[in-house]
Amino acid sequence: MRRGLRWRPHIPASLRTALAILLLLFIPSAGMTQTADLRPLVNALGAGGYNETDAAIQELARTGDPAVAGILEALGAGNLYTRKSDGEVFIASRASGGFALTDPLTGASAGEAASGAVERIRVNNRLRRTIRTAYGALTLLSPDAGMRRAATQSIFQSGDADSIPLLDEAIAAEKDGSILRLMREARAAAVLKSDLSDADKVEAIRTLSARGGRETLALIAPLAGAGGEVGAAATTAVSTIESNLALWDAGQNVWYGISLGSVLLLAAIGLAITFGVMGVINMAHGEMVMLGAYTTFVVQELIRAHAPWLFDWSLTIAVPLAFLVAALVGMAIERGVIQFLYGRPLETLLATWGISLILQQTVRTIFGPTNRQIGSPSWMSGSFELGQLTITYSRLWIVVFALAVFLLLILILRFTAFGLQMRAVTQNRPMASAMGIRTPWVDALTFGLGSGIAGIAGVALSQIDNVSPNLGQAYIIDSFMVVVFGGVGNLWGTLVGALTLGIANKFLEPYAGAVVGKILVLVFIILFIQKRPRGLFALKGRAVEA
Amino acid sequence: MIGHSLTRGLDRTALLVIFLLLAVAVLVPLFNLYLPPSSPLHVPSYVVALIGKYLTYALLALSVGLIWGYCGILSLGHGAFFALGGYAMGMYLMRQIGTRGVYGNPVLPDFMVFLNWQELPVAWWGFQYFPYAMLMIVLVPGLLAFVFGWFAFRSRVTGVYLSIITQAMTYALLLAFFRNNFGFGGNNGLTDFKDILGFNIQAPETRAALFAASAVALALGYLICRSIVYSRFGKVLVAIRDAESRTRFLGYRVENYKLVVWTLSACMAGVAGALYVPQVGIINPGEFEPANSIETVVWVAVGGRGTLVGPIIGAVLVNFAKTWFTTGALAPYWLFMLGGLFIAVTLFLPKGIVGTLAGLLRRERRASPSEAEAPTPNSEPPPSGGPVVNPSAAE
Repeated sequence: MRRGLRWRPHIPASLRTALAILLLLFIPSAGMTQTADLRPLVNALGAGGYNETDAAIQELARTGDPAVAGILEALGAGNLYTRKSDGEVFIASRASGGFALTDPLTGASAGEAASGAVERIRVNNRLRRTIRTAYGALTLLSPDAGMRRAATQSIFQSGDADSIPLLDEAIAAEKDGSILRLMREARAAAVLKSDLSDADKVEAIRTLSARGGRETLALIAPLAGAGGEVGAAATTAVSTIESNLALWDAGQNVWYGISLGSVLLLAAIGLAITFGVMGVINMAHGEMVMLGAYTTFVVQELIRAHAPWLFDWSLTIAVPLAFLVAALVGMAIERGVIQFLYGRPLETLLATWGISLILQQTVRTIFGPTNRQIGSPSWMSGSFELGQLTITYSRLWIVVFALAVFLLLILILRFTAFGLQMRAVTQNRPMASAMGIRTPWVDALTFGLGSGIAGIAGVALSQIDNVSPNLGQAYIIDSFMVVVFGGVGNLWGTLVGALTLGIANKFLEPYAGAVVGKILVLVFIILFIQKRPRGLFALKGRAVEA
Repeated sequence: MIGHSLTRGLDRTALLVIFLLLAVAVLVPLFNLYLPPSSPLHVPSYVVALIGKYLTYALLALSVGLIWGYCGILSLGHGAFFALGGYAMGMYLMRQIGTRGVYGNPVLPDFMVFLNWQELPVAWWGFQYFPYAMLMIVLVPGLLAFVFGWFAFRSRVTGVYLSIITQAMTYALLLAFFRNNFGFGGNNGLTDFKDILGFNIQAPETRAALFAASAVALALGYLICRSIVYSRFGKVLVAIRDAESRTRFLGYRVENYKLVVWTLSACMAGVAGALYVPQVGIINPGEFEPANSIETVVWVAVGGRGTLVGPIIGAVLVNFAKTWFTTGALAPYWLFMLGGLFIAVTLFLPKGIVGTLAGLLRRERRASPSEAEAPTPNSEPPPSGGPVVNPSAAE
């Protein structure tokens, strides 16, 4: 089941910087011949005031040399320094006692300099814009598609009328369809800021309107109030984009809802077995989740101390261990306490509450009352964009994981001998016993399975919640709500219940706030249980009265 | 007529309990106020406050014991009614502060001034009048219980389902009361009370009076429960506890019986909360914690379900143990103790202390034939281990 969770390389967001540095490193092979011609131009960057630097930038950009992109990048970031003794310009980074210098054209090391020996080339906002435009121009025609894409994006955000001819040139040369579209959009954005004719602007608005998104809205919205043809077009575009965005927002809410729902599902699924299938009210269920989370903590501590290279695998290792720990504790509870209380649900409830207090206090005594830090493996950090949605990997994996656990459980119940025995005992205990099934043993195993799954849930929840002795308390009421709402004794009901409650919660949040949303959901469930006391998917027949 | 129904069912045990409670109500304040601290019988003020708190807990436990022990309704949300009564009292006390608050606003409590509110919310209107506040102390928990019970009992939500939704109820209230803009002081709650009915709330005399009021309220509550349990109505309640469907088929409107006793129990819990707040000097949303309500249930279980003395004894004993444990070096072990208590009571002492002792006494009496074995209809009914389950459903 963990096979799905494999390491995936994650492309960092600051694509542009990385590529610029790469570019810089490859200059010697790319433009050796021009190095000599560029040198005076580069040195001119630090030769005078802002105006001179501005002119030098334009001059450099006109050469079209790819090396210039890296230099401009360094200039924008404030890493370009002039050596006072000879006026040579270097890329410098802080080293012990001074600066380490790098030749901007060759990328070779150029020794070190004391702090007083070099002076930073200062940039103001006007220069930054010049740099950006020049940089955009250089990169728009780059042979590297990623570079062109990033450059187009940059122009889209900050471009002005000056970038239009550049973009036109780039559009004519562009072969890649998706970048071409981006370039057209960037051009449209630039047109809006230019003083071109109204017809051009209306056309631009149309192009942008098709793009949608928040940044486009920010571009068009200022025009919407104005009169004339442009104003009208802008107004229409704004309303189109806004309704589009509302759809995406709804989509985002659904995603958050599914994400919350999968957390609920993970927490409730073990309860669905102990409560739903066995009819045992296990108030210590939340503590099984907590034990799972603390198992993860211990695993990570051990890995940090003894085998740091394994860290990316820590969660994978923790899952079976958490299952074992929680399942063993669960079986001990079943054999030690619950087996004497079958058929007395209210007493079971109280006894397991007592167990939960003891477990909490035990963990508090061992690990302390404060939150414990749990690290995330690299494949769980970061996020990616899907249209206007931002999806974090940790949430995505938890959704996948919850569904995987759910399916695995369904398969176990459906296709294994243990599952068959479990269902038999649930449906008719005396008859199952008469058929030779050792019912006490099945009870213990079932309870162990439910608890173990709670432990697995703890591994996942440790990634998104504070790991403290009170972790379980936060989930116990929600889990009961999910199981009761979905219908006792029905795992599919638990799935539907968890997702419904998750999505309902997230849809209520924007209107009512997080807390009121939660209260509304609780009130809704309380009312719902009045209407359908046995949940959404109620068992029918004799089993109901058991 | 009312006097008659109240005195019905007064046997030796009941008279003893009431006598003891009244004696405590009179003697403890007297010993506190009029004996010099050097006297061995002197009761220090902090003990008065402590026992006063226990007495209000006992009243809460009694209200839970009435519905759990005699009607089989296990409420995991009675702390909510307790806290609502407490908030009603707290609101009265807040209005009494007047211009003595930090901001000196004659109408608005400090936290509202702090939140920049201009007007008193409607919910707070009238709370400067003591009789109105008294009415609300009973009415608010009663009304919530009535509405909740009306829905729950009509649709036959029973057993653990009912327990879980009562827990959800108190949890929802907890979340609501934590919010600042809900208008009840947010997570700080209501505190810094000055006086009650014109008397300084910190004065030993006022505290003694509050103590006496708690003891008398407990005695009254006991008397009311007693008369309910020994009436025809009470017999039906026990029948519902033991065989709900059968009682329904016999023609009783089960839901109405449940609703009445449930609402009454909530009102009692509200009164307990109202007496609790002036004695501890604060009410905050923490009182709505589901854990508190479950703890109340264990007091009842320890003392003895199906008895009325049991919850009182259980509440005092467990809370005494809690105070003793949590103030000493043993504080970290209190939760182990409490947890162990939950398990031990359910496994080894299902009838609780009182139930077990009563069973022993009865056996002894039966063993000595010299004593005339006239059936005593007024003695405590045999404690039962909760609703009788269908033997086939049990293992």
